[in-house]
Amino acid sequence: MSAVLSLQGLTVALPKGADRAHALENVSLDLNANEILCVVGESGSGKSMTASAIMRLLPPGVRISGGAVRFEGKDLATADERTMRAIRGAGIAMVFQEPMTALNPLRTVGDQIGEMFRIHAGLPAKQIAARTLALLEEVRIPHPAQAARAYPHELSGGQRQRAMIAMALALDPKVLIADEPTTALDVTTQAQILHLIRDLQRRKGTAVLFITHDFGVVAEIADRVAVMQHGVVVEQGAASQVLHAPQHPYTKALVAAVPPLHAPPPRPLSDDTILRIESVQKTYRTGGFLGRGARVTHAVRGVTLDLPRGATLGVVGESGSGKSTLARCIVRLIEPDGGAIRLEGTNLLALRRREMRQAARRVQMVFQDPFGSLNPRRRAGELVAQGPIVHGASPAAAMARAKELFALVGLDPAATERYPHEFSGGQRQRIGLARALALEPEVLVADEPVSALDVSVQAQVLRLLAELRERLNLSIVFITHDLRVAAQVCDIVAVMKEGEVVEHGPIGRVFTDPQHAYTQALLASVPGRDFAPAA
Amino acid sequence: MRFLVAYLRSPPAMIGLVLLLVVIGMALSADWFYPRDPLSLAGRPLIWPGANPRFLLGTDNSGRDIAAQIFHGARVSLLIGVVATSIAIALGIVIGALAGYHGGWVDDVLMRVTEAFQTLPNFLLLLVFVAVFGSDIVTVTIAIGAVSWPAPARLTRAEFLTLRNREFVQACRTIGMGDGRIIFREILPNALPPVIVYASVIMAVAILLESALAFLRLSDPNVASWGNLIGLGRDVLRVQWYVSAIPGVAILVTVLAVSLVGQGLNDALNPRLRKR
Repeated sequence: MSAVLSLQGLTVALPKGADRAHALENVSLDLNANEILCVVGESGSGKSMTASAIMRLLPPGVRISGGAVRFEGKDLATADERTMRAIRGAGIAMVFQEPMTALNPLRTVGDQIGEMFRIHAGLPAKQIAARTLALLEEVRIPHPAQAARAYPHELSGGQRQRAMIAMALALDPKVLIADEPTTALDVTTQAQILHLIRDLQRRKGTAVLFITHDFGVVAEIADRVAVMQHGVVVEQGAASQVLHAPQHPYTKALVAAVPPLHAPPPRPLSDDTILRIESVQKTYRTGGFLGRGARVTHAVRGVTLDLPRGATLGVVGESGSGKSTLARCIVRLIEPDGGAIRLEGTNLLALRRREMRQAARRVQMVFQDPFGSLNPRRRAGELVAQGPIVHGASPAAAMARAKELFALVGLDPAATERYPHEFSGGQRQRIGLARALALEPEVLVADEPVSALDVSVQAQVLRLLAELRERLNLSIVFITHDLRVAAQVCDIVAVMKEGEVVEHGPIGRVFTDPQHAYTQALLASVPGRDFAPAA
Repeated sequence: MRFLVAYLRSPPAMIGLVLLLVVIGMALSADWFYPRDPLSLAGRPLIWPGANPRFLLGTDNSGRDIAAQIFHGARVSLLIGVVATSIAIALGIVIGALAGYHGGWVDDVLMRVTEAFQTLPNFLLLLVFVAVFGSDIVTVTIAIGAVSWPAPARLTRAEFLTLRNREFVQACRTIGMGDGRIIFREILPNALPPVIVYASVIMAVAILLESALAFLRLSDPNVASWGNLIGLGRDVLRVQWYVSAIPGVAILVTVLAVSLVGQGLNDALNPRLRKR
């Protein structure tokens, strides 16, 4: 088989002072016509840099220092800028991760798709409009004529990504590079987009270079897989082989870290309820002068849930389902409009601010973003010691406690002197956990605590969380959009949609025998749902 | 350390720093070079610079040594610059921080007050202050500070608006930290760099405002300020232009130095912008 696009020993040098000398080292890949090659790796593996190098859209200071990129008899590594401009979009097209930032917010979608024809083909306006409409139909946007006239913010995330794909496919490129095209999307939308890419690729015979960090997506879509680590391709081969019989130790570790979708055998649960969420309501009202044009969003409507002592309650749902709002209502970062949060009978919502500050130590929160949740100007130890100091501990005692907690979450106690930016994402999440545990809470509210982490780090943090739950007898409310993660850590699960809990129960039951149509759809959308790493 | 290296690498920032050190040096050595009262009569009036070796920069229309006034004036200008800037920044930070952190009606009230100050031209407001409270040097300094706070207040508010929703602030709230502590100990250090950079602009403007007042002879006549000298020189501007020009150059150099230092701080504090 002849390769459409061929990387031969491609090496990309990083500027001096970067954490390594080469972003890519001696990368050789062949992309054949009519196949999907998945490039998979963790953050910093150089997978996105590969795409940028092919398109010659490298960030300033980064340059190709060796090797060749063969495409249609040319070497793109050395081609001049004019040749590259003709190839970009027409020969090799690209779809990005975030369709909102990749589209110009001030121009209509149809106008931006039509631009492809204006730049490369020079067709008359009427033909451009017709071709644009045909493209939008092809990517199955609902109401294509309306979508062409819409501005990007008027479309949903999935529709925007469809528009991006339409734009990429406008000129029938031989190669489509998709850089994490579904990462920013909800799981049901992701399933549709993956299906669309697969379908279009089959019909048009396009060669697709699909960049992802998610092995579920790989299992769903890939014909062949290349695994990257630190800028080097460590393994490549047919999808079935790499996924089920990985050779390289790194691939083995990565595949093993993918959480399976089925839940482990249930743990015995206590009858004693520690936290009771009673018909909690939160409604947002925005805009509107004197009631005109006001928008009312029911973020959480009448949610009632029980958390048994020592158990983990998973709250799953897509973006906008109200799960994060619910988490923030529990710790009163957001004031609910109605209902009650009862912690062993005490209604937290009825407490005055001063009393709530005292009660705060019993319910603590772990946040999603390991970069944003730590004050960059404080040492890690101070961050952890802060809580006890606020609640009256002496600074010396709090600092000693912080060192103990560092050991507890698997960090070096000497690292308390360092600043947050000196830690990796997983380590920062451990600091966040230590900070929450410093107040010896009974309930931990974790809002997507592993979503921003690479899969291998994610597995470590989840293991730590399970271990701490046993040792400290914690009860956990675990918010996540990732059903695989939920399956691994939760005892009970509640599925939220548009502010309501549509189904809840023991995780084993809900995941194997979902009753509600939405739960069924959600489970069916998990990419590579049948894929489970060999134990 | 990294910040210092970044700062020292930029030539304009270094030029600014050297010029500023020269001005500070003049202020510190004024008593040593010119121990006499700079406002006392020293010789014949209107001696051109260089004409008499005793008066390097000549004398003004009442026979006072210009060089002595320049050296002593550096003290006044720097003092006004530093004190007025501190007043403006302190006021601006407190008002901006409260408005940005609390939002709602607190924000509304404080921002309407800020806008009321901003809609009036600075200098007119300053004239009103001086007309009402008199024009000794303390009043002038306080008045300059009091008309310069709206800009840093808005800047601080904008920083707080983005920072208050960051997760680290929410984390502080969940551990039960009080508002005051969150505002001043947690958020403020993160909001400070752009405000500090802006302080250099305020300082430059404060020096200019005082000179402008003095030029209109509304500043304190009992201190040797550069502005007073320019104001005096106004009467003989057409022939003995140097009386106004020399303090003018001194002001130009000082304001330039402060601006360059501010620009350098900005580049060093925002590493992402530095590469461009």
